[in-house]
Amino acid sequence: MDKVNTYRGGPDEGGHFGIFGGRFVAETLMPLILEVERAYTEAQSDARFEAEFAYYLKHYAGRPSPLYFAERLTAGLGGARIFLKRDELNHTGAHKINNCVGQILLARRMGKTRIIAETGAGQHGVATATVAARFGLPCTIYMGARDMERQAPNVFRMKLLGAEVRPVTSGSQTLKDAMNEALRDWVTNVADTFYIIGTAAGPHPYPALVRDFQSVIGEEARAQLLAREGRLPDMCVAAVGGGSNAIGLFHPFLDDPVELVGVEAAGHGIETGAHAASLTAGRPGVLHGNKTFLLQDEDGQIRDAHSISAGLDYPGIGPEHAWLKAIGRVRYESVTDREALDAFRLLATTEGILPALEPAHALAFVARAAPAMGRDHILLMNLCGRGDKDIFTVAEALGEQLGAGR
Amino acid sequence: MTGRLGATFQRLRQEGRAGLVTFVCGGDPSPDLAPAILDALVEGGADIVELGIPFTDPMADGPAIQAGNLRALGAGVSLARLLEDAAAFRARHPDVPLVLMGYLNPLLAMGAGAFAARAAAAGVDGAILVDMPPEESAELLPHLRAAGIHLIRLATPTTDAARLPRVLEGASGFLYHVAVAGVTGANSAADAEIAAAVQRLRAATDLPVAVGFGVRTPEQAAAVARHADAVVVGSAIVDLVGAAHARQANDLPGEVAQFVAGLAGAVRHARVPVAA
Repeated sequence: MDKVNTYRGGPDEGGHFGIFGGRFVAETLMPLILEVERAYTEAQSDARFEAEFAYYLKHYAGRPSPLYFAERLTAGLGGARIFLKRDELNHTGAHKINNCVGQILLARRMGKTRIIAETGAGQHGVATATVAARFGLPCTIYMGARDMERQAPNVFRMKLLGAEVRPVTSGSQTLKDAMNEALRDWVTNVADTFYIIGTAAGPHPYPALVRDFQSVIGEEARAQLLAREGRLPDMCVAAVGGGSNAIGLFHPFLDDPVELVGVEAAGHGIETGAHAASLTAGRPGVLHGNKTFLLQDEDGQIRDAHSISAGLDYPGIGPEHAWLKAIGRVRYESVTDREALDAFRLLATTEGILPALEPAHALAFVARAAPAMGRDHILLMNLCGRGDKDIFTVAEALGEQLGAGR
Repeated sequence: MTGRLGATFQRLRQEGRAGLVTFVCGGDPSPDLAPAILDALVEGGADIVELGIPFTDPMADGPAIQAGNLRALGAGVSLARLLEDAAAFRARHPDVPLVLMGYLNPLLAMGAGAFAARAAAAGVDGAILVDMPPEESAELLPHLRAAGIHLIRLATPTTDAARLPRVLEGASGFLYHVAVAGVTGANSAADAEIAAAVQRLRAATDLPVAVGFGVRTPEQAAAVARHADAVVVGSAIVDLVGAAHARQANDLPGEVAQFVAGLAGAVRHARVPVAA
C-alpha cells in the first residue's frame, strides 16, 4: 500500500475522513445531498464558478483580508512574533461570508429559490441573510431562542436584511437545536430549498465544501506571510466550534512543517462538565449527518454544550477535525470563558481591536504559547470575527451595566 | 419470509386485509406506565408494535414525537431499559412483532454488536434506523443479520427509480414507505400519491409495503389500508399519550387501547367494500 503522502486528500467518495464524516441523514434527504454533491463537483471544474466566487470575495466581501503583525501584543507577551489574519474585517464582520458566498452561488447554479440556515452566534445567520438579500432569494434562519437573547443585535441585523428569523425552543435552544430544526425544514421543503450550513460539519459534501470555501483564509495567509517574511509560520492557531475558520486556516498548511493548534471552548472548565470541548472530552458518535466527536452521555444522548461564546456552543465538531485529531496532525487545546474574556480585553487594549469571543479563545491560547516560543518564531492566528456583537455578553460577564434597558 | 414479521404478513394476506403498525416512544410517559401502554396497543388491535428509542436530537421527527422523546428521557429511560421492556413485552405477547425505531447514536454508544445481540435476546424482530441510509449501514447491518434482526428500510417521495435498488439492497421484514417529504406527524399525502407509490414499490420488491407519516385518523388509516400491506400510525398516539399524561388521566392505557381500536377497526374493514 502507498504511504499517505498528503493530509489534504480527504474525504473519500463516501465523504469519510478515516472513520469520521459520512452521510447519516434521513432517506428523504439522501437524494438531495447527492444532488448537492454532484452540483458541487461540477462547479469545481467550472472556471466560471471559480471566477464568480473570486469576484464576490474581492468586491463584495472585501478580500483579501490583511495579514497584520501584532507588534504591541508580541512585545507584551515577549516571545514568538504574532501575526493576525484579519478575517474580522470582512463584510459582515467574520469569516462566515466566505462560505455563504460560495454556497449561494452553488444554490443559484442548482436553480434553488429559497435559502435556509442555522445560526448560533448569529454571524452565519447574518452572512446568509446578507448573500440572500444580495441575490434576491427569500431566506429563513433558525436560531435557538436562548441564542436570540444573547445575540439580539445580530437578530435585528438579520431582520434588517430581510430574513425571517425563526426561534427554536426545543432542546437546549442553542445551535444544535437550530440545526435540527433547519434539517426538519429541509426534509419538508425538498424541491426548492438550499440549506447553507455554516460550519464544516453535517453530511457530506458539506464538510468538504465549507472547508474549500473557507480555505481562502489559509491560502491568503500562507502567501502573505511568505511574501512578507519569506517563510512559513511555526504555528497556526484558530478557535474551533464546528471548525470552519480553523479548517479554512489549517488546510493549506496541512502538508507543511507547521504546528497546527485548534482551540476549543472549555466553558467553566472541562472538569465542571459545562464546556463545548468535544475533541478534548467527547467520544465518537453520529449527529447531524456525520460521525464525529460528540459531547454525549453513556447512553449516547447528546449533552448540552456550554460556552460564553454562542458560536462555539456546539456539542460536536467537523469530521475532518475529528480525523486530524485522531491521526495526531493537529493538536487541540481548550480555553475557559474566563481566559477568553481576559484575551478579549488584552487585544482591545494592546492592539485596539475588539475580537469576537470565538477568536478570543484562540488568542487566549496564543497568550499561553507565545511566551514559551523563541523571538524568531512566527505564530499565525486567525482573527475570524469582530467583537461588536459580543459587547453585551462581555459587559454582563464583567459586571458592567450598558444603558438603562439592560 | 420467516419469523414473527413474516408470519404476521402471511396471516394478513390470508385475512385479505392490511395490518396496523402502531408507534409509541419507548418509556413514554414514564417507565411505570410504558409496559401497560404497549399492552394497550395489542389489546386495541395493533398487528405490529413499533417502539421508539428515545434520543435527544430526533431531527426527522415533528413536535409530537420530539415531546415523547423528551418525556421518556426526562423519566430516565435508556436503551438498556427499553430492551428490558421489550423482553417483558415478548414474554407477554409471544407472537406480536416488535420493531425498534430510532437514531443511530444510542445504538453505537451501546456498541453495534452488543445492541444486536441484546435486542435479539429481548425478542426484537426488526430495526428502523432513521439516520442510517444504505450508504452508512456497514457498521450495524452485519450485526443485525447475525442476530436475525430485520433491517427495515425507508423509501420516501424523493427515492427515485435510480435510487430504489440501493434502498432495497439488504432490506428485509417489510419496506416502510414515508408518504410525505417531511417530519413525522405533519402533512398527509393524497390518496392517489400513496396508491402510485405503493404500486411503484411493489413492482420493485416482494417485501410487504407499510405506509406511514401523516396518518392520524381512522379515516386516513382506512384510505391507506386500501393500498398498502400495513398502515403506520405514530404521532397521533404519541400526542394522545402526552395529552392524557398532562391531565393525569386515570386510565391512560385504556384511552390508548380505545384509540387504537378505532384505527384497527377502520383498517380491518377498509377493503371490504371492494373485496372480491
